[in-house]
Amino acid sequence: MSVGLVVVSHSERAAEGIVEIAAEMAGETRIEAVGGDGQGGIGTVPADIEDALAAAAGEAAGDADGDGDETNGVDGVVVLVDLGSAVMNAEVAIELSDVDAVVADAPVLEGAVNAAVAATDPSATLESVREQAEAAADISKV
Amino acid sequence: MSGDKAEDEESAVGEEGEAVVAAVEAVAERIETERDRLTDLDSAIGDADHGGNMARGWAEAAGAARDLGDPDPETVAKTVGKTLMSEVGGASGPLFGGSLVFSAAELDGGLTKESAVAFAETYLEKVEERGDARIGDATMVDALTPAVHTFKKSIEVDDLPPLDALAKAVDAAERGVAFTVPIRARKGRASYLGWRSVGHQDPGATSTLFILEELLAVAADRLDREVPDVDATSPTIPDDAEAEDESPEGSK
Repeated sequence: MSVGLVVVSHSERAAEGIVEIAAEMAGETRIEAVGGDGQGGIGTVPADIEDALAAAAGEAAGDADGDGDETNGVDGVVVLVDLGSAVMNAEVAIELSDVDAVVADAPVLEGAVNAAVAATDPSATLESVREQAEAAADISKV
Repeated sequence: MSGDKAEDEESAVGEEGEAVVAAVEAVAERIETERDRLTDLDSAIGDADHGGNMARGWAEAAGAARDLGDPDPETVAKTVGKTLMSEVGGASGPLFGGSLVFSAAELDGGLTKESAVAFAETYLEKVEERGDARIGDATMVDALTPAVHTFKKSIEVDDLPPLDALAKAVDAAERGVAFTVPIRARKGRASYLGWRSVGHQDPGATSTLFILEELLAVAADRLDREVPDVDATSPTIPDDAEAEDESPEGSK
């Protein structure tokens, strides 16, 4: 089993940049960036986050591993969020989605990097990846 | 959660759906009229986008509701919620829209006084949960909580007709909006201002009041009645044990 990641930011470019950094450490982990108001502006949209959850869970890829379901070995998704309404919209998206997902209470960039590393562990679970993402809150920089 | 679908005649459902669509249109029109006022309130303590965001979202929602054809109330509520969620932006999207998406299911048996109370309670619960806000934080919760409590009590304890209960709820919301003025904001962008937020009326509480006022106006219009002249105070002091014993179930 494996864990997917979604990075949600008010800025689509910020989300993509964070994914770019985290992907360096992510190995085979599915990691999706989502952000923006859908019209080129700053914001987040629950429906877009729902799509990202499905993509991170491998649903959009169909049954790629040929085991008869469309989860492709992903048993859950850890969601990293930036500020304010991104948190609320991620929670709404999770509530509406079929994907088993949790929001990590973590700084978005450091949390994404930590989560990416944790997700490469073959015994990674939704909880272990979330825990590692949240441990990023304690990172001291100077 | 409530009601028996089977009991509703199709024509009644159609009429209820039509009434809900009319209410959504009235709200959209009202929010558009009040756009500048909401923006002014928000520019004092926030980022001055509440009027524009809500006006755009409700206009889209009214359009989406009209396009449904002959819907039932639950479908209208869910459609409006989804549209608000994607169009309003900021925290108001998940708070006003997301809460509606999740409380719409309470109307699956149609519009009755029981389903209206259940809908109102679930909506309030979702707003509190999503916004992590409690009464006294100077948010929309301060308008919504007294409105929902007054509506429930007026129906379940005082046994008032739904229109009178709604009129009392609107008065309660108005008092709640006034309550946001002299207190310090604890949630959202206004909370960044600390003590400087004192003395300002909360925009989200204000738009919540506008929405409730329009629901009342449309309900009165559909029932061909004047808007009842009532206030939020109780006509009776409930002295039966049952009313006093009621525990706050449903709240977390």
